[in-house]
Amino acid sequence: MIYNASPFAVGIFVVFVLGVLWLSSYFAKKTQTSQGYYAAGGDIHWGVNGIAFAGDYLSAASFLGICGMIAFSGYDGFLYSIGYLAGWVVALFIVAEPLKRYGKYTFTDALNYKYNSRGIHLTAAISTLIVSLCYLVPQMVGAGSLVTPLLGMPHYVGVILVGAIVIFIVATAGMASTTYVQFLKGGLLIIFSTILSICIFVHGIKQPPSENYHKFKTINATVTDGDVTAIDSVEYKIAGAYNDTKGHYVKLNKEGVNTWWHLVEKDGNACLEEALSVVHSKDGKALYNGEPKEAEKFFQVGHVSKLMVDGKEVTETGSLSPFKFLSTIEASTIVRFTKVIFVDNGDKVHLWYQTPTPGESIMRPGLRFKVDKGSTFMSKLDFVSLMIALFFGTSALPHILIRYYTVSSAKAARKSTIVAITSIGFFYILTLFMGLGAMTTGVLDVQSSNMAGPLLAKFFGVAIFSIICAIAFATVLGTVSGLIVAASGAVAHDLMSNYMGIEMTDKGQVKAGKIAAVVVGILAIFLGIAFKGVNVSFLVGLAFAVAASANLPAIIMMLFWKRTTAKGISASIVVGIISALTIILLSPKTFEVYGLPASSAPIPMNNPGIISIPLSFITLVVVSLLTKKNEYDWEGKEKRAA
Amino acid sequence: MSHGPATQWGEDKAIAYKTKFGLYLFIIYVLVYIGFIAINVVSPKTMATIVFAGQNLAVVYGFGLIALAFVMGIIYDYLCSQKEDELNETEGSEK
Repeated sequence: MIYNASPFAVGIFVVFVLGVLWLSSYFAKKTQTSQGYYAAGGDIHWGVNGIAFAGDYLSAASFLGICGMIAFSGYDGFLYSIGYLAGWVVALFIVAEPLKRYGKYTFTDALNYKYNSRGIHLTAAISTLIVSLCYLVPQMVGAGSLVTPLLGMPHYVGVILVGAIVIFIVATAGMASTTYVQFLKGGLLIIFSTILSICIFVHGIKQPPSENYHKFKTINATVTDGDVTAIDSVEYKIAGAYNDTKGHYVKLNKEGVNTWWHLVEKDGNACLEEALSVVHSKDGKALYNGEPKEAEKFFQVGHVSKLMVDGKEVTETGSLSPFKFLSTIEASTIVRFTKVIFVDNGDKVHLWYQTPTPGESIMRPGLRFKVDKGSTFMSKLDFVSLMIALFFGTSALPHILIRYYTVSSAKAARKSTIVAITSIGFFYILTLFMGLGAMTTGVLDVQSSNMAGPLLAKFFGVAIFSIICAIAFATVLGTVSGLIVAASGAVAHDLMSNYMGIEMTDKGQVKAGKIAAVVVGILAIFLGIAFKGVNVSFLVGLAFAVAASANLPAIIMMLFWKRTTAKGISASIVVGIISALTIILLSPKTFEVYGLPASSAPIPMNNPGIISIPLSFITLVVVSLLTKKNEYDWEGKEKRAA
Repeated sequence: MSHGPATQWGEDKAIAYKTKFGLYLFIIYVLVYIGFIAINVVSPKTMATIVFAGQNLAVVYGFGLIALAFVMGIIYDYLCSQKEDELNETEGSEK
């Protein structure tokens, strides 16, 4: 799709970025100690911290990824919202207070509180680094996706821009500026998502969604022995065809321009329906619906084919209440676009054809996750695995855990978690409305599910689009900052100071953290460019699985099983990371990223949680039973800390 | 270097109560969450059942899980704060 930058959007964006940079410079003056750098001085108000939690958590995955997934796959995208929010229950009831009670700067401190083991320092630091990097990739991909429509720049420019700004933020002020950036951005994201949702309700649903929405053509066809042999048109000529088990696609030529069509049956008659296509020819050229990108023939899509209100078919609903909006979608039929990829005479064809889908199927799981029609035991297991990883992943994410050290007490940690649950839960409910709104207003760019939310905002005007995009960009900035602070803490505090025993002054620790931040930031830029085009929520789901497998068994068992040993913790972290990463790297979705057929993947599931989390637990129990318990008097130490 | 907490505060005598209460609430939520996953896997069509006001079970259960986390969080905080006030005579200033 062609995106034209608007001067207003660029202006808003620049104001946001300058504001963030100013905030960082302001807090840089206050950040002279390691306590200030890693824990923002430990005196952030719990209310501010709670919204900052929302800022940290509502990353690119939530706004861009979930909205996009709902817009393309309906309720299945909302499952991410449910799982992400449910994860906060683990954080509140199990993790928040003990972690605050036992730790100082990083969750490794809390994990190692009873043992003071070098092994835990090493493995937990490596785990923090790996999980942070896994989480950084989708944020950077999201940044690239945003910059394209906002500033009209290529994807990689967005990634480099975010990387550079974040390195500046983190390397100057650390956790204090990160907290206030997250607080502002988290608050603004929720406010403007609410405004966007209200716009959806006031606008209602229309068929077609707008006056200038593309009018899809249909041509009657004659089919002989399974092939289209003639069409009912004088303008178009048959120029080729492609068949696979799922469908029959025909290339038609009109005045030298080739377009692709999908063979369907309507009222007992065969006909061709217009599809969208991107063709990459052998000589490296790309044609969008048969013409160069600049011709702007690659239109936005997403519409209702049969709009039903109170049992009657209508063309327009008028304003709707939130519940009426959902029940209208449930009763209507919505046209989604299914993607197929094939090779035609050496040209690689990406084709999206119309798939009318009953609202009843859209409003329940099954379009993306195979739990109903076409499901297998493995596909159901994959779904359960994802839901487990989302549930246990939240309270194992390093950039979330370090936020417990920015407040003054365990009580404040608890209260800030409740503020987080309230604000994040509210936002996640809005994702369903925003996703379904994007699905039915003809704004979708079939090439990028991540753009559904911002493009929906554009439908309601450049002002809200610019602000939403700028907030989403600040979202990425804030989350990436938090992740880089977590990663730099792991390197400087856990690895260098505690594991290697390098004696450093307080200033030396801050300096080491800043150098680590720059290195991690540069690495994140490269990864963000490499993973362009993959749905960010899917990538974040994988980061959750790694975090849940590596960290959560250690945290839970350390708190609730007295026979847990340091070696048991280290072993469970290592096994958790290796098993989760191995399954991910050998999964069908990752094979698609490699450019290999998904069916050739040796492990037939995409989400590792159901295997790697229990494996990590079992490892901890077995190794703990086999190794003598560290005699460290942690009971006494707990009382002193309390 | 020290691994102690970032800030110091008075002894909290309500830890045992909070841990136990938190664990109970956690188990309740896990059971409700498992129920959601189980229906999706065992009987996905049940999710299409209209429950009220034109909303199906998938929407009602999904929104319900989000709302339940909020409600349980408020109850947990209220009762924990009460217990802290009751057991810890001198409460430090709260940020």
